[in-house]
Amino acid sequence: MAPLGLAERAKDGRGGLLLMRLEGLLRWGRSNSLWPMTFGLACCALEMMATQASRFDMARFGSEVFRPSPRQADLMIVAGTVCKRMAPRIKTLYEQMADPKYVIAMGACAINGGPYQKSYSVVKGVDLLIPVDVYVPGCPPTPEALIAGLIKLQEKIRGEGARS
Amino acid sequence: MAQVQGHEALGELSRRFAGAIEEAGSLKDKPFLRLRQEALLPLCQAAKELGFDHLACLTAVDYPQHGYFEVIYNLYSYAARAHLVLKVRCPREAPLLPSVAGVWKAALFLEREAYDLMGIRFVGHPDLKRILLPEPWSGHPLRKDYDMAQEQFVSKGPQGEDLVSFDQTRGW
Repeated sequence: MAPLGLAERAKDGRGGLLLMRLEGLLRWGRSNSLWPMTFGLACCALEMMATQASRFDMARFGSEVFRPSPRQADLMIVAGTVCKRMAPRIKTLYEQMADPKYVIAMGACAINGGPYQKSYSVVKGVDLLIPVDVYVPGCPPTPEALIAGLIKLQEKIRGEGARS
Repeated sequence: MAQVQGHEALGELSRRFAGAIEEAGSLKDKPFLRLRQEALLPLCQAAKELGFDHLACLTAVDYPQHGYFEVIYNLYSYAARAHLVLKVRCPREAPLLPSVAGVWKAALFLEREAYDLMGIRFVGHPDLKRILLPEPWSGHPLRKDYDMAQEQFVSKGPQGEDLVSFDQTRGW
């Protein structure tokens, strides 16, 4: 269902005006206060750190509080190669995060195994384990690309972009 | 200066373990010795007493055409700034070697890695189990005869333990 604008909702007689306002407010709040988990798997994690540090300053987009515990985080940035030994641990971390929770697959490895496509020890994409909201391509993606991915996720949370 | 000291140590060890040395020489400017495995432990002990206090790397190579594994010990002396390389061979059918974990604690993890990926069993190691791959994994992937076509898939068991399966639908 395409999201209805506030004005259309007001006219359809279902009286959802207050609900929409709250929901919209909630989504807007959520989208601008993403708490990513402190968690890196490979070289992509360095770009993620650069994104968060002063030069690129992810805090400008409301996503600076990297949490050391999955229970306090609502965004998992899978930054790097997902090894088969690590896969069950990532699944556990995802399960420990509180709802609503979002996942960004950052870089070629997390998307489909990347250069390790034929390796015996690498999972061919983190979306085999957990649902992914936004894919950020690159090897590794630049901080700008990760910020673009974050903004895409914010649009998705607000219901503006592509529907899940 | 540094290399001279390394080669002096080489001379000293060659004299003391003359019967067990199969090959001695220089490898990329590092002195090296290839020895019989019976002499490995006493020679390592002697090397440590000569100042080689750091086991920098322990690695293994598979030579299926010759039927043996070669295990390589890279030693370093911080005081003399000298390197020393030791090599030992063990047959592929019975890849057993004495553990040097009692000499250098660094060997605890390095030997587990060589066991995990190459399948060399270090006798006397206190906790010889896989270090990089899940425990139920079949085979040792750095062996030349490891079947890369047959992929293994990992999943999480009810107690949180790792499960490994050849069935793609039962893992990732």
